[in-house]
Amino acid sequence: MTLLAQPTEPATGRTRTGSTALDLVLRFRALGLVIALAVLVAVTAAVNSRFVGQQSIRDLLLSAAITMLLAVGMTVVVLTRGIDLSVGSVLGLSAYVTADFLQSNAGTPVPVAMLVGLGVGAACGLVNGVVIHVGKVPPLVATLGTLYVFRGIVYFVAGGSRINASDMPPGFLDFGTARFAGIPYLIMVSLVVLVLIGVFLSRYRAGRDMYALGSSPEAARLAGVPAGRRLLTAYVLCGALAGLGGVLHAARYGTVDASAGSGLELSVVAAVVVGGVAIFGGSGTVYGAALGALLLTVISNALPVLSIDQFWQQAIVGALILGAIGLDRFVGLRVAASLRTKDSHVD
Amino acid sequence: MSTETAPDRITATRPASGRLRSGRLIGWDGAIVLVTLVFIAVAAVTVEHFGTSRNAGFLILDLTPVLLLALPMTLIIVTGEIDLSVASMVGLTSSAMGVMWNNGLPLETIMPLCVVIGAVLGAVNGIFVTALGLPSLAVTIGTLALYRGLAYVLLGDTAVADYPRDFTSWTIGNIGASSVPNVLIPLIVVSGIFAAALHATPVGRSVFAAGANPTAAAFAGIPVGRLKFWLYVVSGAVAGLVGVFWTLRYSSARADNAAGLELTVVAAVLLGGVSIFGGKGTLPGVVAGVVLLTSLQNALRLASVSTEALTVVTGSLLIVSVLAPNVVTSARAALARRRARLRMTPTS
Amino acid sequence: MSAAGNTSDTGQQPARPVVTLSGVTKAFGAVMALRDARLELFPGEAHALVGENGAGKSTLIKILAGVHRPDAGVVTVGGQPVEFTNTAAAKDAGIAVIYQEPTLFPDLSVAENIFVGRQPRGRFGLIERAEMHRHATALFERLGVPLDPDRPAKGLSIADQQIVEIAKAISVDATVLIMDEPTAALSGVEVERLFAVVRGLRDAGAAVLFISHRFDEVAALCQRVTVMRDGAHVSTDLLADVTIDQIVRRMVGRELGALFPKQEVTPGDVVLEVDGLSRAGVYLDVSFQVRAGEIVALAGLVGSGRSEVVQAVFGVDPRDAGVVRVAGRALPAGNSKAAMRAGVALVPEDRRQQGLILDLSIMRNATLVRRNRLARFGFLTGGAERREAAEWTRRLQTRYGRLTDPAGTLSGGNQQKVVLAKWLATDPKVLIVDEPTRGIDVGTKAEVHRLMSQLAADGVAVLMVSSELPEVLGMADRVLVLREGRLVGELSRAEASEESVMFLATGQEAVA
Repeated sequence: MTLLAQPTEPATGRTRTGSTALDLVLRFRALGLVIALAVLVAVTAAVNSRFVGQQSIRDLLLSAAITMLLAVGMTVVVLTRGIDLSVGSVLGLSAYVTADFLQSNAGTPVPVAMLVGLGVGAACGLVNGVVIHVGKVPPLVATLGTLYVFRGIVYFVAGGSRINASDMPPGFLDFGTARFAGIPYLIMVSLVVLVLIGVFLSRYRAGRDMYALGSSPEAARLAGVPAGRRLLTAYVLCGALAGLGGVLHAARYGTVDASAGSGLELSVVAAVVVGGVAIFGGSGTVYGAALGALLLTVISNALPVLSIDQFWQQAIVGALILGAIGLDRFVGLRVAASLRTKDSHVD
Repeated sequence: MSTETAPDRITATRPASGRLRSGRLIGWDGAIVLVTLVFIAVAAVTVEHFGTSRNAGFLILDLTPVLLLALPMTLIIVTGEIDLSVASMVGLTSSAMGVMWNNGLPLETIMPLCVVIGAVLGAVNGIFVTALGLPSLAVTIGTLALYRGLAYVLLGDTAVADYPRDFTSWTIGNIGASSVPNVLIPLIVVSGIFAAALHATPVGRSVFAAGANPTAAAFAGIPVGRLKFWLYVVSGAVAGLVGVFWTLRYSSARADNAAGLELTVVAAVLLGGVSIFGGKGTLPGVVAGVVLLTSLQNALRLASVSTEALTVVTGSLLIVSVLAPNVVTSARAALARRRARLRMTPTS
Repeated sequence: MSAAGNTSDTGQQPARPVVTLSGVTKAFGAVMALRDARLELFPGEAHALVGENGAGKSTLIKILAGVHRPDAGVVTVGGQPVEFTNTAAAKDAGIAVIYQEPTLFPDLSVAENIFVGRQPRGRFGLIERAEMHRHATALFERLGVPLDPDRPAKGLSIADQQIVEIAKAISVDATVLIMDEPTAALSGVEVERLFAVVRGLRDAGAAVLFISHRFDEVAALCQRVTVMRDGAHVSTDLLADVTIDQIVRRMVGRELGALFPKQEVTPGDVVLEVDGLSRAGVYLDVSFQVRAGEIVALAGLVGSGRSEVVQAVFGVDPRDAGVVRVAGRALPAGNSKAAMRAGVALVPEDRRQQGLILDLSIMRNATLVRRNRLARFGFLTGGAERREAAEWTRRLQTRYGRLTDPAGTLSGGNQQKVVLAKWLATDPKVLIVDEPTRGIDVGTKAEVHRLMSQLAADGVAVLMVSSELPEVLGMADRVLVLREGRLVGELSRAEASEESVMFLATGQEAVA
């Protein structure tokens, strides 16, 4: 037998083509989300057709844009088996700092404002990353702590005051409402980020390392994945996107006070797990998380139309988190069983 | 694995195996008790009104919900799990109390019912964590949102306030003419029960064993899953009790009661020297952690430091209480490695 | 028998060795894992490394893999002395190690598992997935195994996971392939496929180091065999020049006199009765009895299901079928509490993971299973635990600083004594010991043996799992041999010898 000597020798068996049980489930999962969305929209539209009106849809997408942005960053962190509970506070801090900066530097172009927000967020993310990786503090504890620390800093900086639309340069506020080809800029920013991070995660070595780290930290160590650098990247990225979310928040709502983004972390975590990102890390996509964010926004916008008390919203978020992780667990066990029983190759 | 790994494991398990030396954490507990005493002494002298008996009464009322929730939380964290939903369970039972009161139930019936409701909420957490084997962090983040949401569903943003004075004034009142709050004695009794349970009963031994090494605990016949389930039930029941206390103390059942309190509770427990990785901690340490945290908040408030700064302090303490032992551990490990290298050099 | 005594000069070295190890020693604390390890690996040759458990094979591999650094001795690769500081350095030197349990990323595709961190990149640094897929397909074609590169590693059989590890190894052009008991969890067909792949690599010029307990496999794959014992090199021969019988003798060749022999006891009533115990894929229809005063050994290779059987008897593992009776009464399945109540005690295989809670104090460990009995009115006061722990550690002559020290600070032998103390305090009717003397020093070993003998004399039924043949032969009244989850034979004390047990365990009766 000289298998190595003849590398071109054709294989004796057939190679099975792409679609595996896991693929199907993942696709089915995204499909399930889309169906849920469609049903919800259809039912709501049947009750009130204005729900699918242009303005309504635009509003909906605008609200979803910010959650989506944060969910994308959170996805990267969750993929590495981490979590970042501080995103709501980072958004608040960035929104306030950016608005404050614009207040005193009226001529600032929008991209610079965005950079300010990104920078604030990235700095917060770096703090999280260092505490988690260097300090070996579990992500949950570290970011639960910084959730309050960053929020406290916002209150400290804001001191109870708020920045109103009249205090910000009109150019920046225009950015919050302006559209290009009918699509608001804010939505485009989110979509661009979504695609960029999506490509990063699927097509770059560093991105694949995120999956590897979450899938098996031990195997990642043996394979020489630079865990420290990747974890820092993940948290800085998550922070930076939350920071960018803060800029969008300021532009969209025009007024910023110290409580901006409070409690948002729950919706973001919900969007991510509903979107099929495994809470144990290692699997899921940003596109799923974005769909999850969209679903949550649709639910909250549909509640008043369906004359359901707005107070149900948070309970639904909680139920969705529990349902999603429970379902993933259940499906995961099933898929694992089916992958085991099925022979992986055709002899 | 082959069977000859025994010698290998000695080095293969975490090079920074600082967890072997438990003596240090006992030191941490002691240190926290000392720091707490010193802090109270200093604050009594330097912060105006801090040392007054009136303030001490308020301090104890502030401390009560945190300490009550911290007791079962300590046991849960020692088993290696966490319960982030405690504050939401307080909010939900408080709302439920308001609704039941509005529907004309007597308080004597409502109060035990609230404890039962809390226990059921805790049991839901327990089922998700033990029967489904889901990470407690994810589960209790979910129920944190769910229970708080249900509280809003019950009461919306209204408040139910008209409770009989007998109950509300007892809750905030003092024993006779003294300045000792009525709640102090029950609080001490409950803390004593938990301390005894953790440190002087077979169940307590199981809790430590389950947290330090669940496999070995199972080999010693300890039903780890069932144990954790019941701890979540107890956590819920205590949260129900706190819901009653909170409602009566402020004479107000509101959906947002105790919102965010889980941070203070977890921070106090970790500050008290309980390891977030499970298997280590003492209740006296936790009591000291709670007292330190709440009296620090109290003193800062008296010194007119903004409430915002308080959240910064609480959040930082939470991180530092985990960070500090880690830093010490890795510093010692680095030192030990250096010594080992020095020892190796002449022979090789 | 001197270490060098049996090294035969084969006369015709095929080439210069690609890897050599000489005079390598390695100690872990007080335990000498390697005293004098020697090895030469030649290109185009498969080399078997055999030895009893504890002979130092795994430590030797880990030194080659860069996991451990030797205390003394020289390792060379391609003629140059090397010192691996980490696993990456070993990999760079062309050494690939395939462990018994592969380390893959379950969520990543098979192709990515092969190329993680080295994915082919195209424009803008983007990973070329098609290219990666092609590479992976080509690798599997070379290996002759049609694995789908796009499926996730999750759910791959152990055999296929090993194929992926091999693909990883050849994708980095490894010149040395080390396999640590790769066949332990494989079926016959899977072993054949693995061997076809390895033969192909060997014939293409790779040096293969193959660790196995199965002599049929060694014979089927290897040209040369090195025997190790007690951390030292015993012999290296061309496989054609030695018989399996000779190899087995060299592996076990130890004087039995040093061990404490069991006292003769007339067996009493049947205490433990196991009938038709089965668990899918692990063991099948295992039935046996242990009488009071008897020591029954459960022998067999690693992975033959010994520990799983005793863990099911004790109730920490579930079972699919079968009945376990203690003194005539059936025990409920999967209920260790009921087993403990009935008087069963299990001293588990892995002291550090299963037997002890290393962070807890010696006292707490020694009294953990008796916590309910020691409580008075539901409360445990320090006194009762302390007295009990002091009493039992004294009886077992355990050496420790203070009872409140963490169990992890003790030496292996003293740790084992604490585990024994913990269970002996329950006054068991049935004592199950799994590898009772693994990794502990000779003196303590003798003490443990004397203790077991004493317990049997006192009427305890003892069931012992052991990989050490001298221990099995010295202690057991009867030897039950498991092979691949089935009870394949029972030997009386008179019938049991190193060869008879080993041959039953490996299924090599024919060769003998």
